[in-house]
Amino acid sequence: MGTSYTAPTNPDWWREPIERTEIVWITLAFSWCLFMFVWMIAWHWIGNQNMRNEAYTTTPEKYAKHLADQAAKYAVRKDKSMPNEDVIAPPPGGDVYLAGQQWQWRPILELQKGKTYRLHLSSLDVGHGFSLQPENINFQVYPGYEQVLNLTPNKSGQFSIACGEYCGGVNAMGHHTMLGRIYVKE
Amino acid sequence: MATTTMSDFRVDPVSGLKIHRVANKLVQWNAFAAVVFLLVGGLFGLGVALTRMPSVQLLPPEWFYLFLTAHGLVALAVWIIFFEIAVLYFCGAHLLNNRIATPGWAWAQFWLMIIGAAMAAVAVLQGQSSVMFTAYPPLEAAPHFYLGLILFAVGALIGCFVFLGTLVVAKRENTYQGSLPLVVYGGLIACAIAIFTIVSGAVILIPTFFWRVGLISHIDPMMYRVIFWAFAHSTQQINVTAHIAIWYLIAGLLFGAKPMSEKVSRFAFLLYILFLQLGSVHHLLSDPGLTSAWKVFNTSYMIYLAVLASMIHGLTVPGSIEVAQRKKGLDTGMFTWLRKAPWGNPIFSGMFLSLVGFGFIGGVTGVVMSVEQINMIIHNTMYLPGHFHGTVVCGTTMAFMAVTYYLIPVVFQRKIALAGMAKWQPYIFSLGAYVFSLAVMGAGTLGVQRRHADITFAGQPLAYEYPEIAKGLMDLGEIFAVIMSVGAAMFIVVVLASIFTGERVTEGSAPWPKPEDADVVFEKSGKKHIGSGGFEAPGTFVLALVLFATIVLYYFINFKYLSTIWGMS
Repeated sequence: MGTSYTAPTNPDWWREPIERTEIVWITLAFSWCLFMFVWMIAWHWIGNQNMRNEAYTTTPEKYAKHLADQAAKYAVRKDKSMPNEDVIAPPPGGDVYLAGQQWQWRPILELQKGKTYRLHLSSLDVGHGFSLQPENINFQVYPGYEQVLNLTPNKSGQFSIACGEYCGGVNAMGHHTMLGRIYVKE
Repeated sequence: MATTTMSDFRVDPVSGLKIHRVANKLVQWNAFAAVVFLLVGGLFGLGVALTRMPSVQLLPPEWFYLFLTAHGLVALAVWIIFFEIAVLYFCGAHLLNNRIATPGWAWAQFWLMIIGAAMAAVAVLQGQSSVMFTAYPPLEAAPHFYLGLILFAVGALIGCFVFLGTLVVAKRENTYQGSLPLVVYGGLIACAIAIFTIVSGAVILIPTFFWRVGLISHIDPMMYRVIFWAFAHSTQQINVTAHIAIWYLIAGLLFGAKPMSEKVSRFAFLLYILFLQLGSVHHLLSDPGLTSAWKVFNTSYMIYLAVLASMIHGLTVPGSIEVAQRKKGLDTGMFTWLRKAPWGNPIFSGMFLSLVGFGFIGGVTGVVMSVEQINMIIHNTMYLPGHFHGTVVCGTTMAFMAVTYYLIPVVFQRKIALAGMAKWQPYIFSLGAYVFSLAVMGAGTLGVQRRHADITFAGQPLAYEYPEIAKGLMDLGEIFAVIMSVGAAMFIVVVLASIFTGERVTEGSAPWPKPEDADVVFEKSGKKHIGSGGFEAPGTFVLALVLFATIVLYYFINFKYLSTIWGMS
């Protein structure tokens, strides 16, 4: 008697036994839940793709200073697509600073395949999204916060960075035209 | 306190519910406002779809971002929350044979939400507030954009308390015996989540408003995102809870189904209160300054206990239908109960399509993408809109449409006009929504970013081109978004035609026959057992296993892909 939208006819419904379909399903579903929980933790040890959780507060001015110092030390040539832009090739193992600003990712970087870099990410104005293509690696980037990742390119070639977080814009330029570039050499 | 007389009520002949006329009027107005906003939100959505189709690209970027902001705001918040208020009033008053508490406050809720929604909409249309639904500072919207959202939220909060007051009235006036019905219990859980949600919204939107009028100098962008998502993701948790309550309601209304186990279904709802809110952290998985321990705890809803709850409802809702059908004699084979279900009735087809779409599209992808590491290859790509159209459109919106086909005769007392169109509507809408979600998720896994007015990076010296197949998937997905729009338009036409021109259901006459009580039929049949192999709902169990296999397979496919990208530590 009764339905889902009327009060339970048995006032002592808490003591009703649970039917087998539900028992078996709940057991199965909960086992999977436990597995997924453990696997997500385990990937921090068994996997090679994890967040580093290293972050600092900063300011756009401080961060711009890092970018300028880096450009002074490691600029190696002008870019072939943008002749007035430097290509920066920081040494492997060291710090690499990358900034989002309306509407570009700078500087253009050159990295070496198989080498690990400490990549710093921050924004000089509004929120942006670091989106490395075609690898499709995506991070949130804010002004005032500096996130650090140990990044190891495992493929060589030319990679682009799009913006994953809406950052304003007008018709000709804007969020949808925001790009940066990383060259990875063998 | 006002006393009520019998003339304040009428009796619905099918369900036997005593319907309070004032409460009924409030349900009507909130549901009607919801449908009007669905029309508005849908039109903006159509503009978005036609722009994101690479071969059409209808709108210039400035207009696109305006449309996208308006679409997000109206379709994700206004349409859904108006409808949810209607559902809460229906649960508290109609389903409990009860009057509504404080109708004056309920009208205040309605008008505050209208004024708030209108104010925010005007701000967006003025063109200075194209900041998206998320409005992350330091992006700036006009001050009345935030004020509109705040008023809308205050209205919704009043609605929650009117609902709670209505439950108190029901208890005190003994309008029902024993425990709350399961559907109302689900509504209560949705209301509790809604209060948490709206308070979170106030905590972040009020200071942001002060920032925009110059009273506060700085809003920290990280803090904004943490609190904003406690608000914005939680609104989606209200939807989930509300549409699951509606699934149970429709199962009860059409099949006379009762929960397979009150204990299990209620416990699953309770898990939502305890753990569902933690899921807001899904949005913060690639953010700086938060630790993995915090992310893992929250993004897993504490060992996936809220996912467990959804998996339970996913079994028990169709399971309750199967049990009722089998008790009524459809106890042969594995799926006779489902084959012989009323597929021509949009209340049922809509509900079942909502269940399948929410489980297989929104649910599976949601579980996988919210893994801390998988998020890195999905975050803010087109996968996101694909996923949440799987939950909010395939799931919530379809469920709300389905129950509207029930509300029109019972609450608006009109027969469904254009019944032929109504019959096809859930299929067309769901077809559009399903394929749209899947196709743009495909494009997202190939890197296509969300919220881009143009995916060609035209005019950029540092050119980048997405793979051709990604563009093809965007075209395909958006074609089906147009089909989804056609389905939504059919719904709106049917609703408006029914409300304004539909044949009146005279008081006391039944729009359709009352479903038989499955237990009574079963007792008469003299049978002892239903189902097979000791399972009362074997067909549902098989369907659940298909869902299970899908999740497991899809989970490992994503980890396999993740393991091939650049190393990060």
